[in-house]
Amino acid sequence: MLNGYAGTILRIDLTNEKIEKQPLPAELAENFIGGRGFVAKTLFDELPAGADPLGPENLFIAASGPLSGQFMPASGKTHFGCKSPATGGYGDSNLGGHFGPALKYAGYDMMILTGRAAVPSMIVIEDEKVTLEPAGDLWGMGSLSAETRLKAEMGEDFQILTIGPAGENGIAFACITHDFGRQAGRVGIGSVLGSKNIKAVAVKGTGSIPVNDPKALLEEGKRAYRDVRAKPGFTGWTPEGTAGITDWVTRVGALPTKNFQTSYWDRHAKINGAAILRELKITDKGCYCCPTPCGKYGKAKTGLGEVYVEGPEFETISLLGSNCLIDEISEIAYANYVCDELGLDTISAGVVCSWAIECYEKGLLDREAIGKDVQFGDLASVVHLLECIARREGVGDLLAGGVKSAAQKLGQGSEAFAIHVKGLEWSGYECRNAPGMMLAYMTSDIGAHHARAWVLGHDLAGSSGSVHDLISSEGEAEPLPKSEVVGRAANVIASQHLRPLFDLLGICRLQFMELGFEVEHYERLYEVVTGRRMSWEEMLSVSEKVWQLTRSISAREIPGFGRSWDYPPERLMGEPVPDGPNQGHCITRKEVDILLDEYYAMRGWDANGIPKAETLRQFGLEEIAAGMDNWACHRAA
Amino acid sequence: MKLIAKSEQCSGCGACRLVCSLTNFNQVNPAMAALSIHGRFPAPGVYEIGLCDQCGVCAEVCPVEAIEEENGVYLVDADACIGCGECVEACPHGVMFEHAQLDAPIKCTMCKACAEVCPRDALVLKEA
Repeated sequence: MLNGYAGTILRIDLTNEKIEKQPLPAELAENFIGGRGFVAKTLFDELPAGADPLGPENLFIAASGPLSGQFMPASGKTHFGCKSPATGGYGDSNLGGHFGPALKYAGYDMMILTGRAAVPSMIVIEDEKVTLEPAGDLWGMGSLSAETRLKAEMGEDFQILTIGPAGENGIAFACITHDFGRQAGRVGIGSVLGSKNIKAVAVKGTGSIPVNDPKALLEEGKRAYRDVRAKPGFTGWTPEGTAGITDWVTRVGALPTKNFQTSYWDRHAKINGAAILRELKITDKGCYCCPTPCGKYGKAKTGLGEVYVEGPEFETISLLGSNCLIDEISEIAYANYVCDELGLDTISAGVVCSWAIECYEKGLLDREAIGKDVQFGDLASVVHLLECIARREGVGDLLAGGVKSAAQKLGQGSEAFAIHVKGLEWSGYECRNAPGMMLAYMTSDIGAHHARAWVLGHDLAGSSGSVHDLISSEGEAEPLPKSEVVGRAANVIASQHLRPLFDLLGICRLQFMELGFEVEHYERLYEVVTGRRMSWEEMLSVSEKVWQLTRSISAREIPGFGRSWDYPPERLMGEPVPDGPNQGHCITRKEVDILLDEYYAMRGWDANGIPKAETLRQFGLEEIAAGMDNWACHRAA
Repeated sequence: MKLIAKSEQCSGCGACRLVCSLTNFNQVNPAMAALSIHGRFPAPGVYEIGLCDQCGVCAEVCPVEAIEEENGVYLVDADACIGCGECVEACPHGVMFEHAQLDAPIKCTMCKACAEVCPRDALVLKEA
């Protein structure tokens, strides 16, 4: 028995309808901790090299960590993994809510799906009973509608994942939805589930998770809740949640605006956290065991209709709001709802819509191509595009592969303002004067996502404190000096080990990142749960090993992979910011190379950004180093 | 001392249920909790807490008198319980539960751990 873990891996071969239960190997738990670590190791070991991301040979993995489902703050995270439909390389995405803990209570640390079901189906897990059931009547339904129906039919004790039409139709940025508003949004994970003909996964668990010292867990857990409550951010950050950062991000000129044309918008006060509380919120909606619920569930009334929706979170405000120039919080919430129901990631969807509208403005896509006159600031334009995308209708077929693929097909210079890295659309922070954050986006293993490293406070405010410290600071938007490019890599690398470590443990990082909750709690909790002592530094070294592994997976899978895959789009590499606090600033191609040179050297990668064999061996990844001569990165794209 | 639920404060995190199972059964298992949370989603978008108010209906219906009151708290004597489920059926708040691994039903013991932990003050103690 492995304390802290459910102890079993659930494997479902959908093609052959074969369900297998395998004991969780102790060495996997010891060497890769859980969650993202399990995902990366399993993908490297079991994904057939060169697999089609939407083919039956791709894996769909759901994994919790040793602290998931435990009595401690925010133990509700589940990590999903696959070969990414967005990039063709390593892909993962995670969500909060209650799914991972339920999977553990049912007895499983990880679920691995392979193959493809013969007909549209759903997976039902009720403790030891696991069945594959036909779900043709759910096919075509929205994610939220499908969850509503399943909850009504199966009972509210089931925790449910669903996909929407976007996931069914193989959209490169289709998400998974859970608990009426929690998403695993990124990398097109929803389409991988859809490609396997799986509409939903429902799990109900009534078992116990073995822990080393239940009495000590009770005391340490209570202490952790008391200490979270004592943080100023408990009452200062929680009410607005992630949306509370909107004003600060605007003040430092990092708010993506009008397809990243600029980084400042004077309408931000209409779409910030206060606007959510004023106009939308019904209740705070917490993930499992979370003391600081960032979810704001509410009702949005717009000219297009009235909807219940969780959110918008900051990322959605940024990409569907300022980046599309939507300046009413209720309209952003409505677009959020449309994305949720269709099963589209709000981040990528916002970037794709803003790119399409800019193409229309520039005359690269006309009314006939788009099916409608579209413009920035118009909710109906955005909703039209979202519906076309999810169903691959009209212009939706062009946009279905994401902004990189659409720009490659359209050409005519549109690649310059297709805002992505590696094929994954850029999330909510504009970086033309934030070189550390720019480097973080460039080198994030899944593409342009902020969850892997976030150093914006360091870049633009010289702060290494919590987000609550940043948003509590006073100040007005004023011109900022040009940031120094040299010397950024160490901070980014540290953040790339720190933030994903929470994804290994299976818990949320926000108490730590946003409130400054101390990591010593996690060391103690890990020990009372697992019975193993592991310092935070030792855990960080596992996180570093996983980083080498995920880069290796992309190098193995993507022909021509290397430095060119780490570049930002031209707009963010040489086009000066036109206005706001960072007016006139940009990071040039030469500076981008300085950032990468420094980063690769510190990582132990070659000049093209490929891990060196000796680096992999240093992390005990000998078997990976052994096969690297055959990696696709060495072949022409 | 009385345990009061303020459902409008609840965010549905379930920490109360987990600490309940850990305190009363030494298990990390919310299916062994003696209180419930119902999420009313997508509409109207609220949580409802189901909580024992020590009304004593369970004791009234118990055919073997296995539930007795001590200082205003009704407690199940697991040894005396025959597992008939009458109390679970009769509980007006639906907060007596059965679990496959337990012979006797699960009932609130007024241990107060839920109120101690609830980060939202949705469960609070009040002088009776």
